[in-house]
Amino acid sequence: MRKKVNTAFYVPYGLWLLLFVIAPMLLIVYQSFFNINHQFTLANYATYFQSGTYLTMTFNSVWYAFVITVVTLLISYPAAYILHYMKHKQLWLLLIILPTWINLLLKAYAFIGIFGRDGGLNNFLGWFGIAPKQLLFTDAAFIFVAAYIEIPFMILPIFNGIEELDEGLVNASRDLGASPWQTFIHVTLPLTMSGVKSGVQAVFIPSLSLFMITRLIGGNRVITLGTAIEEHFLTTMNWGMGSTIGVVLIVTMFVIMFLTGERNKRRVKGGKHHA
Amino acid sequence: MGAAIVELKHVDKNYGDTTVLRDINITLEEGKFYTLLGPSGSGKTTILRAIAGFLNVTAGDIYIAGKRVNDIPANLRQVNTVFQDYALFPHMDVFENVAYGLRIRKVDKASVEKRVLDALKMVRLDNLIDRQISELSGGQQQRVAIARAIVLEPKVLLLDEPLSALDAKLRKDMQYELRELQQRLGITFLFVTHDQEEALALSDEIFVMNDGKVQQSGTPVDIYDEPINHFVADFIGESNIVSGRMVADYKVKFNGKVFDCADAGMRPNEPVEVVLRPEDLDITSAEKAKVTVSIDTQLFRGDFYEIVAYDDGHNEWLIHSTNPAPADGSLVGLYWDTEDMHVMRFGESEEDFDARLDSYEGE
Repeated sequence: MRKKVNTAFYVPYGLWLLLFVIAPMLLIVYQSFFNINHQFTLANYATYFQSGTYLTMTFNSVWYAFVITVVTLLISYPAAYILHYMKHKQLWLLLIILPTWINLLLKAYAFIGIFGRDGGLNNFLGWFGIAPKQLLFTDAAFIFVAAYIEIPFMILPIFNGIEELDEGLVNASRDLGASPWQTFIHVTLPLTMSGVKSGVQAVFIPSLSLFMITRLIGGNRVITLGTAIEEHFLTTMNWGMGSTIGVVLIVTMFVIMFLTGERNKRRVKGGKHHA
Repeated sequence: MGAAIVELKHVDKNYGDTTVLRDINITLEEGKFYTLLGPSGSGKTTILRAIAGFLNVTAGDIYIAGKRVNDIPANLRQVNTVFQDYALFPHMDVFENVAYGLRIRKVDKASVEKRVLDALKMVRLDNLIDRQISELSGGQQQRVAIARAIVLEPKVLLLDEPLSALDAKLRKDMQYELRELQQRLGITFLFVTHDQEEALALSDEIFVMNDGKVQQSGTPVDIYDEPINHFVADFIGESNIVSGRMVADYKVKFNGKVFDCADAGMRPNEPVEVVLRPEDLDITSAEKAKVTVSIDTQLFRGDFYEIVAYDDGHNEWLIHSTNPAPADGSLVGLYWDTEDMHVMRFGESEEDFDARLDSYEGE
């Protein structure tokens, strides 16, 4: 009886998974083997791996996603660390999460307002006698906005990791003679690494396929795989090629998941230390 | 007297309005086993953390090896701690845990290997060197924690209730091992516990703590035989405490009768409390009785009978006897030797207590 109830609980989730995860992925893979005239072909893949354009795009996507992730991480780790020692940390955390409740498009438009030639930032610089600068449609603006949007997704898992860290271990390290910095390097950082990995996954993977921000803030000068997919589906109507890029993206994501996933850290037994 | 290695002078600790430590004065000498004994919340762990450097005291000075360390961070103090929950690093194996402090000190590789092995041999764990921490039992983790601390050859080892997580049998074994280890290493141990038996068995000297104050300090025998006040008498071992009046030197009156005692130096007619240990009471016939009581209950405890009886003044008497008492409800006599009885004054300070004892014990 109990067993039956348990399996019943899986049904909605299973259906969801089937309809909205597995079926679309299969469809994408299927689509990727057809050309624009609905004929079966491997040409899409051939084009992808032979044309410099697509490979440059791939490289660009990975590179920008990498830069965004690094910037986000560099901001998020210290932020999460400080947050942990703050008095009203739950309130501060809420303030960090709050912007995620606002629509992405709205936030992007807000930044257009801020970065524009007559925008808030240029006005501010004007008070110091600095002439209006081209801020919008630059790489820096693109990375800044992307990092801004991703930061909550990085801070949250790192914050949780630091919260779970046993304060006693930090004390033990200090007691054994380690300075605060040595303690951080040898104890705090390794023991919060799983939080960092989750954060990297949560940021790097979505960053691979950004297209709205590349368009609105990056001014389409940064062409990533996300923008290419959008172009193929909506403009050139070459669904086959769009799907092919999609397949490449999905594979890349799996690779990233594998690289950052928890691996069995258990070392091989043996007389490593025995003289 | 050995050289003082740790000194606390007039140490206070407040958290806002709550006082955790008040005027703590403690001197630890080289190579001795000390115990801070008290109930939870008495401030004993706070003292340990203050010496280790995990908290700042509100007032007073702490000296280690003659140097004031109030402003020296934990990592630069020459003391090491064995933590209550061991606090072993889960991402390192046994070897790396023990080697941690040596690696921080940039000790060369060969010495690290040798010293870690020596320390692990000392706690008899040299066969588990490559184990992960999660694969160890509580007792083994305990030993790693000790090895990790002693490998650094500290002048003082602080132990924060290290045996509290172990089962009774293992705990007894570890008590012997700790005592032996301390004697072999010849370093000062400061051991925190709420277990009075543990404290009595292990220590050269005990500090009995309550309510943020050191109530009494001394050898286990002194503290057991001559507790300074009601709290110490009650906390260390079991005791019968009766209120009475000091009629004259060596004469105390309670239950309407005057008894000979071994205490003196008090005001005439001063109200006092009288302590009688349950194992010092003998059940005897009515003619020899100092007090007559009626048996209420008795429990067989294995190595003795625990007997509860009441006198006609409704005072409860606890008696430990190797032989069973007569049936419940029967009247028996209680007898004790004069020097088994200990008289305590109300609110006497430790200095006054010691001075008074010296004044007549020398006679």
